[in-house]
Amino acid sequence: MTGQDWPHRLREHKGTLFAFAGFVLMFAIYAANHPAGLNANVATTAANKGVLLAIVAMAQTLVVLTSGIDLSVGMVLVLANCLASHIVVGTPLQTAAGVAGVLLTGCACGALNGLIVIYGRLQPIVTTIATGAAFYGAALALRRVPGGDVNGGLADALTGQLPGGIPAALALLLALVLSVWLPYRRSVIGRAASAVGSSELAAYMSGVPVQRAKFVAYLLSGLLASIAGLFVTCITYSGEASSANGSTYTLYSIAAVVLGGVSLFGGSGSAVGAIFGALMFRTIGDLLFVFNLEPLWQPLFQGVVLFAAVCLGALRLLQVRNRLDLYG
Amino acid sequence: MQAVSKRYGGVRALQAADLSVEPGRIHAILGENGAGKSTLIKVMAGVVAADEGRMLLDGAPVTFTSPAAANAAGIVCVFQELSLVPDLSVADNLFISNPPRRFGLIDRRAQRRLAEEALARAGADDVHPLSLVKDLSLSRRQMVEIAKALARQPRILILDEATSALTAADVTKVYAVLKRLRTDGLALLYISHRMHEIAELADECTVFCNGRSVAHYAAGAKTDNEVIELMIGRQLSADFHSGVFPPKPPPPAETGPPRLELKQLRWTHRLADISLTLRPGEVVGLGGLDGQGQRELLLALFGVLRGCSGELHIDGAPVAIGGPHAAKRPGIGMALIPEDRKTEGLMLPMSVRENLSYAALGTLSRGGVIDRAAERAAVDRMMALLAVRCDGPDVAAGALSGGNQQKLVIGKWLMMAPRIILLNDPTRGIDVGTKQEIYQLLRRLADEGAAILFYSTDYDELIGCCDRVLVMVDGAIHRELRGAQITERALVSAALDVEAAA
Repeated sequence: MTGQDWPHRLREHKGTLFAFAGFVLMFAIYAANHPAGLNANVATTAANKGVLLAIVAMAQTLVVLTSGIDLSVGMVLVLANCLASHIVVGTPLQTAAGVAGVLLTGCACGALNGLIVIYGRLQPIVTTIATGAAFYGAALALRRVPGGDVNGGLADALTGQLPGGIPAALALLLALVLSVWLPYRRSVIGRAASAVGSSELAAYMSGVPVQRAKFVAYLLSGLLASIAGLFVTCITYSGEASSANGSTYTLYSIAAVVLGGVSLFGGSGSAVGAIFGALMFRTIGDLLFVFNLEPLWQPLFQGVVLFAAVCLGALRLLQVRNRLDLYG
Repeated sequence: MQAVSKRYGGVRALQAADLSVEPGRIHAILGENGAGKSTLIKVMAGVVAADEGRMLLDGAPVTFTSPAAANAAGIVCVFQELSLVPDLSVADNLFISNPPRRFGLIDRRAQRRLAEEALARAGADDVHPLSLVKDLSLSRRQMVEIAKALARQPRILILDEATSALTAADVTKVYAVLKRLRTDGLALLYISHRMHEIAELADECTVFCNGRSVAHYAAGAKTDNEVIELMIGRQLSADFHSGVFPPKPPPPAETGPPRLELKQLRWTHRLADISLTLRPGEVVGLGGLDGQGQRELLLALFGVLRGCSGELHIDGAPVAIGGPHAAKRPGIGMALIPEDRKTEGLMLPMSVRENLSYAALGTLSRGGVIDRAAERAAVDRMMALLAVRCDGPDVAAGALSGGNQQKLVIGKWLMMAPRIILLNDPTRGIDVGTKQEIYQLLRRLADEGAAILFYSTDYDELIGCCDRVLVMVDGAIHRELRGAQITERALVSAALDVEAAA
């Protein structure tokens, strides 16, 4: 055989490794300068915020890998949040049924997106703007004013600490990676999704189930977004149909995906990268807090980091030999 | 395994073509550009459905609705346009539709091992199974493509120009592989334009011409010239040419510097040492088979390709062209009529007027503001000149017929009175009447002093329109034909790189 494996593995996971390194760097600066030091409470608060965005970023990654985009993830999150504040209450059995209801609703939202994109042949961007608005409408119908409740035991379990002071949210994230992302990545359908995103024509010609791959990607995206919505409910103990929240999560999830080295053209990248992208993005926001800068600098600073990441990704364009390829 | 036979008709691309493929044989398919070879194998591979006729596999009729269905039946095709997914690894690509599985998930270790075996079987053991396809060179990709086809355990393997991007060493390996597969009892269908490859490999040959299978013979039973005769398929009558094409003037006197002179152009591995001259009043054709670098040559002249080496002189003075915008400057006045009018030539949702005037907006505007009256006058003049048939200049370009759209593309560049016109297969897919108008227009432009470089896949056009034809093979100019030398036989034999009989 020719050569070693590791250069090829490195090449494949370059984006993920960059995101990981970026996060570690940012978090080290953050932890070193935090006035209270890195104690368990600081870590848990940071983890809860970070994991929330990380789950949404995972949802976004699945769709982006098929070279689509899901602008409804934030609204699915809001809808799941409002629904959860109604039905994830009561006895353990009722709570479990409520959780199942929330997750099924998320799947239904994702499936709807997928069906419209595949059979309606509409662009994902238009489809998900429209469905996102509809999901928000449903959320508003469920919660005209913020309120509701959630099963306290579940909420504390998800947002608290495990023995040893490890944030439970991180365990949830790890569980999601192990139970959703890794099997997906290793399944025929998950690889088909990357193939479709990389070159839909080549994928079709190779006998790849193009439509099924897209459908599953949107479905799982809806599922993950609803898990994030459930998590929001556990953090806030209430439901709120906030359009601003939904839009922010949607946009931040795209930022996280980009920072995580996932190509917006589809085909390459990993949800693990997007997770580190999300954690990095959150840490950037918090960095300003530990340096006592005014919060109004936060969007500017986040924007600059994002811009730098995009520029890094655009460097390859300098190698293009046929200028027409730039427009392909 | 019994033979495959199929017939279908009604479509222009293929008319009641018959073919039978036997196990343990290599069956070569020959034909000109557009003779129906690619359509034929697309039907066999389940990419397009036949309108009529049927396909028999082992004596039982079959129809394939998708490439996956054809694969399942054991028919696997190595396509001319590569079917690899760039962002996945070689191993992932080889087993993309049916990977080895354990507990329902892809068994990566097994896949890796199988990939190594498959690559070795195809003679591509220098490719690392974990490397990403987008990092491989074109020739490596083609080898991976062949390995991928073999990994599917085909019973019928179709190779469509599968060796076109390979190095000589690879070709030898692929020959050895194909011969071994033949011994193993596979049926192989081999499409190639290279006569010596066919002589080396094939057991039997079928010639296609105008969508029909016109001859079937055992390999070696016919000479190259007889084969070319079959591929041309008909004797052209003299009045066919004089009717459609305008008469050619005597060649222009070679005084003064040529309008355009290109010396030793090179670009990556696709263009090699191209030198050519264009004189005012001349229509020079680019011939050869599809994809021999003609398109790249035109793009290089137009400044679209980066990293070209070589010298370009316009009117005797050296110039560097950095892009289409530079190419249309007054001192150069170069225009390129692109191959794909829908994506590179027109903005389909915009109006006829806007499409016609945008290349010439520099002369139709003052201080950055478009002079509407001047624009209207210029557009009306051009529409009358080209006889564009549409409901006025304000309809969307997308609403016009293909021929009229092509007139718009040409008209757009004529608005700036170009001195050098490059055309990339401008008459593909348009009707005969419009073609005729375009031929006459070209000749008139040449008579008015433009220098024209004209790539066409249609040999009749090259014969009818051009004063000289440069035949390209493998990114280089292989032969130059002048005046009465330009015959279909000479064009085909030059393109296929065989010596023409006198």
